[in-house]
Amino acid sequence: MSDDKQLRIAQQFISSLPHAQALGIKVVEIVPGRSVFAMPYDEKLIGDPATGVLAGGAVSALLDTTCGAAVMSHPESAGMTATLDLRIDYMRPATPGQAIRAEAECYHVTRSVAFVRAVALDDDREQPVATASGAFTFTKQEAKA
Amino acid sequence: MKPRKSSAPEPVQVIKQRRDAALTALVSASPYVRFLGVRFDRRGDELTAILPYDDMLIGNPGLPALHGGATAAFLEVTAMMGLAWSHYWPDLEAGRLDPQEMAAGKLPRLPKTIGMTVDYLRSGLPRDAYARAEITRSGRRYASVRAEAWQDNVSRPIAHVTAHFRMPSGDDRS
Repeated sequence: MSDDKQLRIAQQFISSLPHAQALGIKVVEIVPGRSVFAMPYDEKLIGDPATGVLAGGAVSALLDTTCGAAVMSHPESAGMTATLDLRIDYMRPATPGQAIRAEAECYHVTRSVAFVRAVALDDDREQPVATASGAFTFTKQEAKA
Repeated sequence: MKPRKSSAPEPVQVIKQRRDAALTALVSASPYVRFLGVRFDRRGDELTAILPYDDMLIGNPGLPALHGGATAAFLEVTAMMGLAWSHYWPDLEAGRLDPQEMAAGKLPRLPKTIGMTVDYLRSGLPRDAYARAEITRSGRRYASVRAEAWQDNVSRPIAHVTAHFRMPSGDDRS
C-alpha cells in the first residue's frame, strides 16, 4: 500500500472517531506499523486551571488513539483493534500553549495480540512529556493465495 | 474561616451544603473534567464518579463502543479527585478549607499523576459509566489509587486502573 493511501485511510479513520474529533486529533504521518498524531493545545483540555497544563487524561487519550492506529496500520492487520491494557508514565507537565505530538510503534504482533510503545512530546523533543506501552487485540489478515 | 465551636452540632443542611460546595469547587475548576462531563455523587466522604453518555465519547462507531482513551481519562479523573477529596477532607471538616474561598478560585493543589496502568475488561457501551476509587496507599509524598469503572452491572467492570500520584506538599498549597 502506498504511503499516500495509508495516510488517506488513517485520516478517514480519525475523522470517523467522535472522541478523537472532539480532542482535535490530527494525523501527521502514518507508515506500516508506525503512526504520528498531533493534538493542538486547547483551553478546554486544561487539567489544572492554576497552571494551564493539559490534563493527563487528554494526553492518555491521544496516546491510546495513536497506539491503536499503529496497530491498524501494521502490514498484517485485518482492521479494527481494541486496547487490552495501556501503561502511561508522565515525565513532566506539557508546556502550556504547545501542541502534543504522539509517536507510536507497533513492534510485535502475534496471531491475537499487538504490542505497542509510544511517546508524547511537545516542542522540546529531547524531553518526553509521557511514554506509553500497551497490548491491543489483533486480527491477522487471511493469508493471500 | 474560624474553627467551629464543638458545643452545638451543625444542622445537617449546613454540613451538606458546605461539603457539596467544596466538592463542586474542586471538581468544576478543571476545564477537562467539564469537557468530559464527569460529575460526582457524594455520600458522606464517599464519591462515585459519573460519566454521562455523550456521542463524542465514542471511539469505535461500528460497535459502537466508548473510546479507550475516554475510559482511561475518566478513571484518571476518578482516581485523582478521589485522592484529593480524601486528602483535603480533614481540612474541610476542621474548617481550614473554606468552600466559599474555593469557589472563588482559591483551590488547594491537586495530586500529580506519575503513572497509571489501565486494564480494559469489556468494551464500554454507549451509555453512562460509573467509577469509584480506593486509596491503596497514602503517604506524605506518594499515593497509590485503584479505580474501577462499570456500567449496567457493578460486578462486571469495563476497566480498572492502578495509578500513582505525587502528593502536593504542605507548603505548596495555594
